[in-house]
Amino acid sequence: MLRKPLTSGTWQATHVLRLSGLRPGDRVASALFPPGIPVVYSPRMTISYALLGLLEEADRHGYDLKQSYDRRFGAIRPLRFGQVYRTLAQLQRDGLVAIAGVEAGAGPDRKRYSITAEGVTDLERWLSEPEDPQPQLQTVLFTKVVLALQSGRPAEAFLDDQRERHLAVMRELTVARRGASQGDSMLIDYQLFHIEADLRWIDHASRRLGTLAAELGR
Amino acid sequence: MSGDTRLLTGRGLRKSFGATPALRGMDLSVDAGEVLAVMGPSGSGKSTLLHCLAGILTPDAGEVTFDGRRVDQLPDRERSRLRRAEFGFVFQFGQLVPELPVLENVALPLLLGGRGRRAAVAAAEEWLPRLGLDGLGRRLPGELAGGQVQRAAIARALIAGPRLVFADEPTGSLDSVAADEVMELLVTTAREERIGVVVVTHEPRVAAYADRRVTMRDGRVVQPAAVP
Repeated sequence: MLRKPLTSGTWQATHVLRLSGLRPGDRVASALFPPGIPVVYSPRMTISYALLGLLEEADRHGYDLKQSYDRRFGAIRPLRFGQVYRTLAQLQRDGLVAIAGVEAGAGPDRKRYSITAEGVTDLERWLSEPEDPQPQLQTVLFTKVVLALQSGRPAEAFLDDQRERHLAVMRELTVARRGASQGDSMLIDYQLFHIEADLRWIDHASRRLGTLAAELGR
Repeated sequence: MSGDTRLLTGRGLRKSFGATPALRGMDLSVDAGEVLAVMGPSGSGKSTLLHCLAGILTPDAGEVTFDGRRVDQLPDRERSRLRRAEFGFVFQFGQLVPELPVLENVALPLLLGGRGRRAAVAAAEEWLPRLGLDGLGRRLPGELAGGQVQRAAIARALIAGPRLVFADEPTGSLDSVAADEVMELLVTTAREERIGVVVVTHEPRVAAYADRRVTMRDGRVVQPAAVP
């Protein structure tokens, strides 16, 4: 079993952030995801299980694993080879993955990996556990609105501009989805729904600005 | 886009219902082949704007120009003719005649325009597959799913070869998958036929299909902030 004593929600959130290597201001550079919307990258834990899932389908070499991962999950950020081999080494140490065969030659890619029975059990357990929702709060957005209101600056104009920015990104994603593969299109839908949730909050906040301002003492 | 493709222009539009102003000076334009989304919360004046642009309502002030003609100054009969010949309409619901099979519903604008029944129905037959409605022509609207009804409504809006389509919350009653299908078809077909489209919606997902957006509040445009 992967070492993962995830019990408390707060602890988990911190843990996920730490694992994901997310830094403040991180933005996705890919053309598919235009600047403006920060993204929480897949934490290492998820990558481990994604690799286990791919190995459950078939035994694979490290190179093949990377290719398969990138095709299915890597639209935001492809895996680095180093990551693949580091993760495999850890999975092997934990007894979830074994080496099924070693071909002649040099380099790490001569090893073919397979999932162990323990690996299958662990993967099944992970897949069946509901995830705690991770509200990907755009805290910057929230902070700006509160600060604007507190300082008597026009929050409404800010929200209008922000709505426009969100809508522009939705437009780009909608265009990108046309002609995208099924997998990419699922991912884009996931993004669209999250941006839409932000927009709902923006509209909701716009209508409650008066009450909010009063509560904040303006 | 250049001025020679401009299809419809609304300038300084004002409209009140009693003492309640619904439009307080709206400017807006649509080009041929362009999809424009008009967004805004309920009560912001979106539907009133659409009705003024389509010549269903007459604005209290301001002008609406379609292809060089002042829609707001046309006599009623001329306006009806303009709507029938040049405009198509898609609404949120209640737009298909429940007693008529899908084919005849789609053929309706041609029948009203004086086309013979056989020719009108034949034209409708050609439109059904384009909107994924093959084999559903003999069904009654009540026998269709919500998304299919909306697609039939789009076929009906397009069959008479309009140059401009007005859509008021066209996906309002649909789930998100059906809504995506309807918008994709509407936008693709409009582009193929170089038809201008004005979509009124409060849904960001619907607006994301448009080439351009304006956002309204209290009868005015709030975005884009400055009109060029």
